[in-house]
Amino acid sequence: MRGGGLRAYAVLYLVFLYAPILLLPIFAFNAGTIIAFPLKGFTTDWFVQMWGNAALRKALANSLIIAFSSAVLATCLGIFAARASTRFSFAGKGAALGLIMLPLVMPEIIVSMSLLVVLLAIGVKLSVFTVILGHTLICMPYAVAIMTTAFSSLDKSLEEAAQDLGETKLSAFRLVILPLVMPGIISAMLMCFTVSLDEFIIAFFLAGNEPTLPTYIFSQLRFPKSIPVIMALGTILVLASIVLLGIAEYFRRRGVARTGAKDTGGFL
Amino acid sequence: MTPPAANPDGRKPMIECRQVQKYYGDYHALRGIDLTIREGEFFSLLGPSGCGKTTLLRTIAGFEEIGSGVVLIDGRDMRDVPANARPTNMVFQSYAIFPHLTVAQNVGFGLRRDPRSAVEKARAVDEALEMVGLKGFGRRAAHALSGGQRQRVALARALILKPKVLLLDEPLSALDRKMREQMQVELIKLQRQVGITFVLVTHDQEEALVMSDRIAVMFEGEIAQLDGPEALYARPASRRVADFIGVMNFLPARILGETDRGVTVDAPGFGVVEVPMRNVSRANPGDAGPTVGFRPEAVTLTPVAGRGPERAVDRVSGGVIDEVVYYGDMTYYDVRMDGSARYDGIARPVRVSMRNLFGREVPDVGTRTRVVWSPGSLVLFR
Repeated sequence: MRGGGLRAYAVLYLVFLYAPILLLPIFAFNAGTIIAFPLKGFTTDWFVQMWGNAALRKALANSLIIAFSSAVLATCLGIFAARASTRFSFAGKGAALGLIMLPLVMPEIIVSMSLLVVLLAIGVKLSVFTVILGHTLICMPYAVAIMTTAFSSLDKSLEEAAQDLGETKLSAFRLVILPLVMPGIISAMLMCFTVSLDEFIIAFFLAGNEPTLPTYIFSQLRFPKSIPVIMALGTILVLASIVLLGIAEYFRRRGVARTGAKDTGGFL
Repeated sequence: MTPPAANPDGRKPMIECRQVQKYYGDYHALRGIDLTIREGEFFSLLGPSGCGKTTLLRTIAGFEEIGSGVVLIDGRDMRDVPANARPTNMVFQSYAIFPHLTVAQNVGFGLRRDPRSAVEKARAVDEALEMVGLKGFGRRAAHALSGGQRQRVALARALILKPKVLLLDEPLSALDRKMREQMQVELIKLQRQVGITFVLVTHDQEEALVMSDRIAVMFEGEIAQLDGPEALYARPASRRVADFIGVMNFLPARILGETDRGVTVDAPGFGVVEVPMRNVSRANPGDAGPTVGFRPEAVTLTPVAGRGPERAVDRVSGGVIDEVVYYGDMTYYDVRMDGSARYDGIARPVRVSMRNLFGREVPDVGTRTRVVWSPGSLVLFR
């Protein structure tokens, strides 16, 4: 068969990527406390224990608050950046956009440390709020990338047509531009939400005494008997991530279809 | 304020541009445009890309701020009047149909601030759709329409507001040839029906000639000539205009004398001829010298053995057919006229077109032919 070697490589690659994740649900439903084969039997105890755990619920609540807030903040700021980058040309535009996208590739440990130093220096108390700030920073590139696509697929004359038909600049934006980029906005929010929910390093540095899900999981890894519960939690997080990204992609594609543009990539 | 310019048909001016200047940075896009467009007129701005025609249209619409000068619409100064408050509506080159709305919502978009009841507005939308031949399309999704249908929606959406002026920015350039020719006729009919002033921007000289009452030909931010289609075609004001509109043969000429009736020239192939004064253009900047021009269809080829000139004014030269290009309804000939190389030894075949009328033979390459012409079919650029 032609391409047999490449096919085997592709399969190996996918196994390497996803086999560890597939182990999560297997051990989440395994009756034994030790993470090893052979499996001991089926149980849902770990999920029950997880729900009964007050510290975990607190971490979950913190994570949801942080993820929601930073998603909304990053997306709102991203709307301005994406609109500016697609509609106007001005001095320093390339540099400004480059700096917005930079956190995507900057080591998070550096970002976290510098944020920590600055926040402590100006006397801000570490809390959920400081994590929101940090997460907004690292979510911005995702929001801008998704919404730049949404804005750039719009014909500039749509806005002018609305003005020509009697609308002001503001109402033209509200009646024509906003509905057309709405799928992009929703898609960006979901993406940011997912990024923030999974984020560990910034949360670890900036949360003070407040746990988030990733930092809670990390703290529990020291105790072997709580590992099956973490497996159960991980299973749910993986499922939630897949669902959120699926919805995000659905809205992104719908936005592209709506404006009649050609689909050029995306994250999924 | 200046009084309305007198014009022959007594129609009042609808759009007046006075010394309109526009710069994009260092680029001088409009160089002092003076222009009066009359009420109810089908007016075209014609020129190659980058000549400023679209800029001028967008200036009238209110999308471009001008550096200096005045734009009046229906006698009112448009300075500080934004696009949404001007009595103009525009059909965009891309049509700019709102893809998230239905056809009816698109057409009714401009009625949002209209105080009429929803029922009356719906009726107005239906009427507008019927006018452009899209009756019953109201519930369709706008993004599913064909190019021709989008164009009609864009027209209905603009005309439903009963603007004083409808601005059309290359509205037919995205359509295929057949559709374009059909829409040209429909636009003319529509304009007569609604009686609104239409201002069309186009780079297609044929489209401008077919549709317009008057045409302004623009080059490099200036109006090179403003005339009716016939005058523009028959008596172009400069070589450049002549070259842009249709095909014209150019031959170097020597000026021998001038009277009130015309200018006497010696042109290779034609000999000594008096070009009537109305065919003499003095706007010939930067050219090599006096030039005689004529359209390919302004002369006739007849067989050497045939009859003489049909009319008293007709004159006859001789020539040899160099090339024959057959188009079915027409044939184009390249003819080397006798004595055409008399000046400088350079043979300049001229292009002649003839309709392939029933019974008319298409002569072969190399055939000697008679070239029948009259002084009135020549124009002189000096």
